[in-house]
Amino acid sequence: MGIARTAFLLAGAMGAYAQSGGELRFCVRADPKTLDPLLAEEEVSETIRYLTGGVLIRLNRQTQRLEPELAASWKVANNARQIDFELRRNVHFSDGAPFGPADVVATIRRMMSPGLQSGIADSFRSAGGEVTARANGANGVSVFFSTPVAGLELLFDQVAISPARPAPPESAVLGPFQFAEHKSGQYVLLKRNLNYWKTGAGGKRLPNLDSIRLDIQANREIELLRYRRGELHLVDKMEPEAFERLSKEAPASVRNAGPSLDAEFLWFNQSPDAEFPAYKKRWFQSGLFRRAVSAAINRDDVIRLAYRGYAHGAAGPVSAANKLWFNARLSPPRFDPQVALKLLQQDGFRLEGNSLRDREGNAVEWSLITNAGSKPRAQIGTIVQEDLRKIGIRVNFLPLEFQSLIERITRTQQYEACLLGLTNLDIDPNSQMNVWMSSGTHHAWNPGESKPATAWEAQIDQLMELQHTSVDQAARKRAFDRIQEIVSEEQPIIYLVHPDVLVAVSPSVRDALPSPLPPHLYWNIENVSLAAPAPGRKD
Amino acid sequence: MKLLRKLAVGFLVLVAGLSLAAGFVAPYDYARQFRDHSNAPPSHAFPLGTDDLGRDRLSRLLAGSRISLLCAPAAAMAATAIAAAIGMAAGYFGGWLDETATVLTDLFLSLPWLFVLLTLRALLPLNITPWASTAATFLLLAAVGWASGARVVRASVAEMRFAGSILHARACGCSGARLLCFHLLPNLRPVLSAQFWILVPVFLLTEANLGLLGLGIAEPVPSLGNLLADLQNYQRIREAPWMLTPALLLFLIVASLHFVVSGRDTWE
Repeated sequence: MGIARTAFLLAGAMGAYAQSGGELRFCVRADPKTLDPLLAEEEVSETIRYLTGGVLIRLNRQTQRLEPELAASWKVANNARQIDFELRRNVHFSDGAPFGPADVVATIRRMMSPGLQSGIADSFRSAGGEVTARANGANGVSVFFSTPVAGLELLFDQVAISPARPAPPESAVLGPFQFAEHKSGQYVLLKRNLNYWKTGAGGKRLPNLDSIRLDIQANREIELLRYRRGELHLVDKMEPEAFERLSKEAPASVRNAGPSLDAEFLWFNQSPDAEFPAYKKRWFQSGLFRRAVSAAINRDDVIRLAYRGYAHGAAGPVSAANKLWFNARLSPPRFDPQVALKLLQQDGFRLEGNSLRDREGNAVEWSLITNAGSKPRAQIGTIVQEDLRKIGIRVNFLPLEFQSLIERITRTQQYEACLLGLTNLDIDPNSQMNVWMSSGTHHAWNPGESKPATAWEAQIDQLMELQHTSVDQAARKRAFDRIQEIVSEEQPIIYLVHPDVLVAVSPSVRDALPSPLPPHLYWNIENVSLAAPAPGRKD
Repeated sequence: MKLLRKLAVGFLVLVAGLSLAAGFVAPYDYARQFRDHSNAPPSHAFPLGTDDLGRDRLSRLLAGSRISLLCAPAAAMAATAIAAAIGMAAGYFGGWLDETATVLTDLFLSLPWLFVLLTLRALLPLNITPWASTAATFLLLAAVGWASGARVVRASVAEMRFAGSILHARACGCSGARLLCFHLLPNLRPVLSAQFWILVPVFLLTEANLGLLGLGIAEPVPSLGNLLADLQNYQRIREAPWMLTPALLLFLIVASLHFVVSGRDTWE
């Protein structure tokens, strides 16, 4: 009986684990800087954290609703200063050790310890001050914040739980995959976590795949070439040109996930410390001038020429991809040079021949900087230059080396206008406090104001505070909608486009659901499977 | 060799002539955007097609060649002049001047040019016209490109200063300045000429490298460098091989300059 039972268990185990799921392959740009999920900040480390880490709550990237993961349920209490989790039972780490409240408490404590300098802890601190955690019975954990935090559940989507006992963070994980091997400059190999708790249809143990190989490849052309040769299964964030080419060759293998959370925009330096003539400061501080510039830029041409049609005109910071926070009442400014000239005339500007002059007779000319090496940005800059030339404004467009650009816009303020893009990873406006609060260090047009320089900035401050502290979701939405409207009216940042998320998914990949929210391709990795044996490697 | 050199000179004269007459020969203004005809293939209206923004590639190539062919020799001339001044002073006077010049030359030779150029360019004022930016880019090339020439000039002068004619002139009471200008400089002509012709293609290629990094001549002004930036996407070249024209032109210019320089060496 004993032998028969052992044989049965073994067969069961084989049935559960010996799936021939194959190996999924895609490229990352560089070596991971860390395997510690609490220290992951750059894209590659975050990819590994996402694939290996188990979280309490996960944001479903399709529905944009929160789903229970390691927490079977949760409840926000004490006026959004506390969240109580009821943990899932019978969950084990990849090394077989049981998971419990002590692991969650230890992870939160370690994350918040100042010595670790975790970027994730910064987002917790900026949202809710000091954060503590306490076990609550056999399966409960409570996390306490010193101030009310609106939407605090979402913060836990990025916290991968590590074991309480001393162990390297990558040695025991709760996610669908575990770290297996890293060859510097070549690849990172992740193997299936045999103890992963989730099951699929018919009780099948997940994940479906045996392993994931992240090939380290910075060259996007080589990545595309390898995808076309069948050596890769996924390509994320494709350039519009490559996407268009591939869509002609193999339409079934490309997908447009729609507008991303990212935005391309330009802004004028309104800092009083800026080192350029006072008359230019007056131009840049004038709402009429900024609105005129915005109306004179042909966004449709930017979309058509710089993005080959794979982008959407931007009305503000939030794209339609963000279902919760997008203000559908707003639309991108209409391209109308005549309206632009009228606005400028209202502001005392006049067109003399081909040159626009202010009321003091100064020719309107300014420099626009951007980072070198971005083809779409170089093209946007040239389009802006040409569009504004038609209303008499001369723009000196200058791409700069990235570090020099960052130095100018964050420290020395030695610039007049800047064209940049923002990669948004978070859908909640709380992550943008530093941008919209007038005291914020990333308040692009005038960073770190001691007090709001204008009435509308003071209003944005109030509304940001309101949405940050209110626990009423409807009130938060109203506040952030109004902020978007103020930004659209005052144009402190002239939003141009939201580029589309363009990806390639091999037809052999099943159940990949590309999403405009990052990670675009593998957010549901446990359900992803391969229809055919993995393509053979040539190396 | 003579035939090749003649062909090379002829080609350079032709390109220089066409690019200098770009204003008359080019079908359109190089900055004009025909946005409804972006990425058009070669046609009667656009003999080399159009770029991503609908600008005529032929007009941009002619204007870009003019800028590169005028500015690269100008920068080479300036760099050669700096090299002559430093090399002659170091070679003739010797002592601490020689030691300082040698250290300075070694320092400039050991610097990674591209990074120095990137840093210097980042320090330039932002609000300058594209033309001023073009001039600044080539002046920077001259400012960092003199060192190898200075070393060659220094060695030649150090050897020449003990030549019979120079000693004779000194014995006759010829001043240092007169010696340098009227006795040493004419004898250095072949060396300086070779340095100049070597630097022209080097500067053309360096500007092309800067253009590939998006840091060359500022838009909308074209140069061979920023026209080459389109070629970074090599997949696209298969679909639009006419995009290779700037690369082909640059290759032919550099090869022609090589033949001109080697021809001069043979003759002299």
